[in-house]
Amino acid sequence: MTITVLAFYIFALVTLTAGLFTVLSRNPVHSVLWLILSFFSTAGLFVLLGAEFVAMLLVIVYVGAVAVLFLFVVMMLDVDFAELRGGLTKYMPLGLLFGVILLVELGLILGHWSFAPEAAQARAAVTPLASDTHNTAALGQLIYTQYIFLFQIAGLILFVAMIGAIVLTMRHRPDIKRQVVLEQLFRDPDAAMELVDVKPGQGLGP
Amino acid sequence: MISLEHYLTVAAFLFVTGIFGIFLNRKNVIVILMSVELMLLAVNINLVAFSAFLGDLTGQVFTMFVLTVAAAEAAIGLAILVSFFRNRGTIAVDDVNVMKG
Repeated sequence: MTITVLAFYIFALVTLTAGLFTVLSRNPVHSVLWLILSFFSTAGLFVLLGAEFVAMLLVIVYVGAVAVLFLFVVMMLDVDFAELRGGLTKYMPLGLLFGVILLVELGLILGHWSFAPEAAQARAAVTPLASDTHNTAALGQLIYTQYIFLFQIAGLILFVAMIGAIVLTMRHRPDIKRQVVLEQLFRDPDAAMELVDVKPGQGLGP
Repeated sequence: MISLEHYLTVAAFLFVTGIFGIFLNRKNVIVILMSVELMLLAVNINLVAFSAFLGDLTGQVFTMFVLTVAAAEAAIGLAILVSFFRNRGTIAVDDVNVMKG
């Protein structure tokens, strides 16, 4: 058993176990942490496949951004999660049934498929040899030439998502005091202060 | 030697785990979103595995686009969740019926 085979089985086992615990764990914070572990070991699988750039992307984007976003939201919302798990045992048999059915179907596909004879000719972008070009450089050559339009659209999607998230979560509360810098800057010192000659024994005001 | 089928099996199990999670946590939107992320991850494993074993880089390019869409979806979903929690004080899926006519 070579080290590659061993690494594959370890990463695959960790991915599946972490995925299962993501779904099963009682505490959503634990769920997010299991999800992060699942992402990490999937990145390991990608490295084994020779897709280093996607693997690093997975670690940076998923673990660094998405999972941390989940963690923020889970910790920010003050929710009674025990109550939300009420119908767990009720839905377990149905979920298992659907899961097993889907797994059997996928297993049937996996048992009886093969590459079409013309699959090798139909390749859109043949992977260059690892000795010629690095995976990241090869992907860059492809993304910035053949898929530049889709790449820009992806950026647009992210932009729209960013603006959407800001619009959805920003709120103006009228009942609180907040600093208005312009008002402070344009304040007139003469109108702001008044000198009063206070007579002894009389005080101010009516 | 590790073949393509090994990776496809891992992806299939991960996908089914995600679907199982949606069935299991029907009330908790956060875990449902995490299950969707798991399913997208399984799709990514499939794409990268086919890309590697067929020698076609396009699969990895599309993995990136799936990643983009997944990130956008998570951001928007969580933003909706936060604003919903502000309005209703709960994130139970059963209570999401404000728009019911």
